[in-house]
Parts: sequence; C-alpha cells; structure tokens
Amino acid sequence: MAQAQAHSGQQHPIKLYMVVWGLLFVLSTFSYLVDYLGIQGYLRWSLILLFMILKAGLIVAIFMHMAWERLALIYAILFPPVLILVFVALMASESHYTVLTRLAFLGGGP
Amino acid sequence: MTESIERPTSNPHLRPVGLRGVAADLSSDQRAFKNVSWGKAMMWIFLLSDTFIFGCFLLAYMTARMSTTIAWPNPSEVFALTIGGEEIPLILIAIMTFVLISSSGTMAMAVNFGYRHDRRKTAALMLATAVLGATFVGMQAFEWTKLIREGVRPWENPWGAAQFGSSFFMITGFHGTHVSIGVLFLLIMARKVWRGDFDQERRGFFTSRKGHYEIVEIMGLYWHFVDLVWVFIFAFFYLW
Repeated sequence: MAQAQAHSGQQHPIKLYMVVWGLLFVLSTFSYLVDYLGIQGYLRWSLILLFMILKAGLIVAIFMHMAWERLALIYAILFPPVLILVFVALMASESHYTVLTRLAFLGGGP
Repeated sequence: MTESIERPTSNPHLRPVGLRGVAADLSSDQRAFKNVSWGKAMMWIFLLSDTFIFGCFLLAYMTARMSTTIAWPNPSEVFALTIGGEEIPLILIAIMTFVLISSSGTMAMAVNFGYRHDRRKTAALMLATAVLGATFVGMQAFEWTKLIREGVRPWENPWGAAQFGSSFFMITGFHGTHVSIGVLFLLIMARKVWRGDFDQERRGFFTSRKGHYEIVEIMGLYWHFVDLVWVFIFAFFYLW
C-alpha cells in the first residue's frame, strides 16, 4: 500500500475516507451551531475560522491526497494562495480609507 | 509513497526526497514534479488559477462589505427558512453544505475503487456524486428563486447595502457554475468507466489517446476543490 505510486496511484484504506467524511460533517455542524446558538464577537470569528481551516485542511490533505504528493508540488500549490493574505491586508486597509472618506464627505447617508 | 526512496545512486529512477527532492524536481532539465503525471499536475495548476479567481471574488466582497456606510444584511436572517411555523436560520445552506460534503465523500471512494479497477463501483459512486452535485445546484436554484422573489437584485436588496446582492449572485453563481460543469464531467467520466474504456484502453473521442483510471482521481481533484471553495463561501459569506 505504501509503495503505491504513479502507476497504481493513490491507494488508501476506505476507512480513512469514512473518518474524514465524518469529521467534515461534525465540523460543519459545529460551524452551523456557532450561528444557530448566536455566538457573537471575537469568539464567533475565531470559531468560524478554526472550523473553516480544519475542514479545508482535511479536504486538501486527505481527499485531494496532498499529504502524499511530492514536496515540490505541495510547495508550488500551497505557497501562492498564502500570498492572497497580503492582498487581503492591502484591501482591508483600502476599505478602511474608503469608508472613512465616505463618512467624512457623504455623511454616512446612502 | 516515496519516503522510502533516498537520493539517487545507481538507479536513475530513484529521486531524492525532502527539500533536496524539491530542488532536484524544480531544477530538473526535463519536467518538474517527478512521479506526478502531467494530467494531475495540470489539474492542480488549473485549480491554483481558480483559487485566485475565487480569492479575488471573496476579496471584492470583503472590500465592498468593509467600505459600505449602509448596514450589511444579516445573512443568518436572510437565508432563514420557515419550517413548521418556526424560522430556522441558515438551514438551507447547512443542508447544502452536508450534501456537498457527502458528494466529496462518495468521490473520494470512487477514486479508490478506480485504482482497484472496480469499474462498477467506481461508476456507481461517480453517479452518486453527480446526483448529490445536481441536488446542490437544485437547492441553489431554489435559494436564488426565493431571494429574487423577495426583491434581491445585483443592484439592490430590501435589507440594506446594495452590494450584498451583487456579491451574492457573483460568488454563489460562479460556484454553482463550477458544480454544474463538474456534474457534467462526472456523468461523462462515469459513462467511460462503466463502459470499461480504461480497461480496454479505448481511445478518447477528442484526443484519441488511451485513458486510464487516473482520470478519476483528476476528476476528483476538481470536485473536491469545488467543495473546498464552498467551505470558504460558507464561512465568509453565510456565517460571517
């Protein structure tokens, strides 16, 4: 099983997929409960982000077999999206400026 | 897995692992990502480009939401459904999430049975994936219909900031398109698997190349990616 490569492809026990499937269900339920129970503030945002990252990680690592790919491919695919965070920081700063000028010159009205 | 393979000695097929492997792969004079087929590598690179597209959409949404002076509608209430006289927040979205996750589960198992050359189980599981995907799109059509009836447009909505409408239709619409295309490809591939194309090495009608079961995994990469994008949309658009 561990030697499977290229020709025989990604071979992993079905049980592993079942476990991940179950975990994704549980994590989605938790995300939903955050909203259902009306949790607010920093706890809400951190819980939502935590469950989101755990779910995304499970999908990429196990379902998409990234955990077993060549390191060069892993770096080539996973590193560039991290740079989106830089873009997020830029745009967050830009939006703060936009909303500030809107409030200053348009008075907050529509 | 290649963990057991150490640096190349007399055997040219053995490749180094770890960071040495990264350097060896990327500096190789032939093709990068040794042992990764071109089909799989190309799907990953396509998905990377798709990541940037969805990333830009979500960024545009973030920028619009952060810079508006008008209150953003509360998605928890907007997407609530009244079931049995009781208003349940986000229930349709939660069900859609579970449907899509289940489709990812069946797809992962289809890939597994594909590599075992069990064409009946593979085709059946791919068909189940397609049905779940179509169910998702159907529920999204229901959601769109409901919101359009309530007056949501790309330029306005009854609950506040107009940008909510454009963000909603852009993001969920683009994702729904991905799911629909995925369902179509799943059906085409399921037919090929069912017919035994990859056992008989039948040539494809378009490329006239012989296919093999790896295409199920490549198809799976696309499908899991669609589920992956939904994880982010669920968190940022519906829960945030």
